[in-house]
Amino acid sequence: MLYATASQTVGPYLHIGLTGLNCADLTADAPDLAPQRIVIEGRVTDGRGEPVPDGMVEIWQANPAGRYRHADDTRDLALVPGFTGFGRVPTEADGSFRFVTVKPGAVPDVEGRPQAPHIMVSVFMRGLVKHVATRMYFPEEATANAADGVLSLVPADRRATLVAQPNGQNSYRWDVVLQGPGETVFFDI
Amino acid sequence: MPPRSDHPAQYRRLYWNTQPEYRFDPYASTQLRSPSQPLIALPQSLSEVTGPTFGPEFVREGDNDLTVGNGGEPIGERILVTGRVLDENGRAVPNALIEVWQANAAGRYVHKRDQHDAPLDPHFSGEGRVITDANGRYQFKTIKPGAYPWRNHHNAWRPQHIHFSLFGNAYATRLVTQMYFPGDPLLPYDPIFNCVPDEKARDRLIAALDWETTAPEYALGYRFDIVLRGRDATPME
Repeated sequence: MLYATASQTVGPYLHIGLTGLNCADLTADAPDLAPQRIVIEGRVTDGRGEPVPDGMVEIWQANPAGRYRHADDTRDLALVPGFTGFGRVPTEADGSFRFVTVKPGAVPDVEGRPQAPHIMVSVFMRGLVKHVATRMYFPEEATANAADGVLSLVPADRRATLVAQPNGQNSYRWDVVLQGPGETVFFDI
Repeated sequence: MPPRSDHPAQYRRLYWNTQPEYRFDPYASTQLRSPSQPLIALPQSLSEVTGPTFGPEFVREGDNDLTVGNGGEPIGERILVTGRVLDENGRAVPNALIEVWQANAAGRYVHKRDQHDAPLDPHFSGEGRVITDANGRYQFKTIKPGAYPWRNHHNAWRPQHIHFSLFGNAYATRLVTQMYFPGDPLLPYDPIFNCVPDEKARDRLIAALDWETTAPEYALGYRFDIVLRGRDATPME
């Protein structure tokens, strides 16, 4: 057996190599999804509450039917032309990020039960020797969130860090706190 | 509860000590940017075992040659970098997109935040992309990056390195790393290289001079193999 290569930080100059795949609007090539568009915006802050202006946020999600565009998702659910489920943006000078996307449908957990709708999120930056992995859930899904197997693994007083806030019509606010009070829950996957 | 037998096989947990911990005080930026709470271990659902895939359509002709496309030849020592992308089970990872970026021969990045007093090279952007072939092999041409100072501590210098970013086949296999050069005297003093606890794991980040890749009268070759997480067992057919 081989050992996986060690992770190293993206460093401060990540944008040189990692801009080509930037995608802030996951619906840009999927006109069928235009009526279902949502906005997710937030800010990444460090252990002193200072914004992270030199980071990168990646998201991965299923389409509204709950189907991932991937060979391992063999369920009989339709793909949406032009929708890959992948997004990537650099953080701005104020630490902010913003995606236009759609709300994913439910996908099964390891025991086959539906998970609450969620978006997979990875964050990269100078000072992170390996990226952090987390999930964003939706505030209007209180019942599904309460039954979600992953959220149930999180101490109750920290679950709120994984649930976005309503932010006007079809819009959500969700911040990533790397360290300290209100620290976002990160996963070992 | 074990995963259902019809569920895709799980990616193996990373081996102790072969990956860095988030907080490594000698690398000062980790102090305020590392999670202070323990991570919560998750079983891998479809959300974790799927992930974005990028085929050959994401790589254009010339993307794997960092010495062209900028109106002239960059200054510096031309090199060829090759290797294979494998999983922990030793299987090739074909069609894997690799994004690379680096400083120029003088140790300067084409980036607004890089204020190092070294010359920019108008013929070098430091950015490339390559996709692995059916055997997991990749190769790109570039110039050897220079060492450069950074402000982590007094008289801090980064060893020569190239940044690599890979997705593999799943959200769980995402990897960003750095490739170093053999014999670099700065390696023992670099907090980023040394944040990896296990010496052998660190040494695997150092490319090897490779005569098979070296092009006579043209460019030295270096070999750097990359290993992504592998699955515990194959799913039931």
